[in-house]
Amino acid sequence: MNYELMVIFTPVLSEDDYKAAQKKFVDIIKDNGGQVTHENPWGLRSLAYPIRKKTTGMYLVLEYTAPTDLNEKLKIQLNRDENVLRHMVTALDKYAVAYNNRKNFGANAESKTTEA
Amino acid sequence: MAVKPKQEIKYLTAVKTEKRQKKYCRFKKMGIKYVDYKDAEFLKKFLNDQGKMLPRRITGNSLKFQRKVAQAIKKARQMALLPYVTDLLK
Repeated sequence: MNYELMVIFTPVLSEDDYKAAQKKFVDIIKDNGGQVTHENPWGLRSLAYPIRKKTTGMYLVLEYTAPTDLNEKLKIQLNRDENVLRHMVTALDKYAVAYNNRKNFGANAESKTTEA
Repeated sequence: MAVKPKQEIKYLTAVKTEKRQKKYCRFKKMGIKYVDYKDAEFLKKFLNDQGKMLPRRITGNSLKFQRKVAQAIKKARQMALLPYVTDLLK
């Protein structure tokens, strides 16, 4: 299955911490038999409304293919991490995968859509 | 008492009978298959100034895509890309 994970980290993270946190969740996905297809660190963005009294957040978007039991494990780690303000996993259908591919690799990536 | 003859209403100027342009579903027309919740600027087209969703009556979306737009907006709100309530969104 194809999934997309969006995480909001606290804005107090330094650049290195942000990188480390990013790596942490990529590693969790990889260790549990998933495959990250695209990483998209948005960086600092202002939130539309305050979360935990913070008005900005560090966004991270990961697209990955994974077995179905990975998400539960991932969720535990996300809930446990104090730097995570909010997270969301979205299951992607085939149109979404095509859309993301077009966005990430340009229009000539139609053949890459059906891996895994 | 004589019954009054039925009078036709007459206007001084011609009554406007121009046809309003028919609404259409922009997703079907443009061939968009997936509504991305990350694209907040695009989703704002389907919100009013207070950040409420516009009805199908106004947007002209087909039911299928109105549902998808609704889901995308709700996801975007959860992730603080769009506000739940606000004034002067645009």
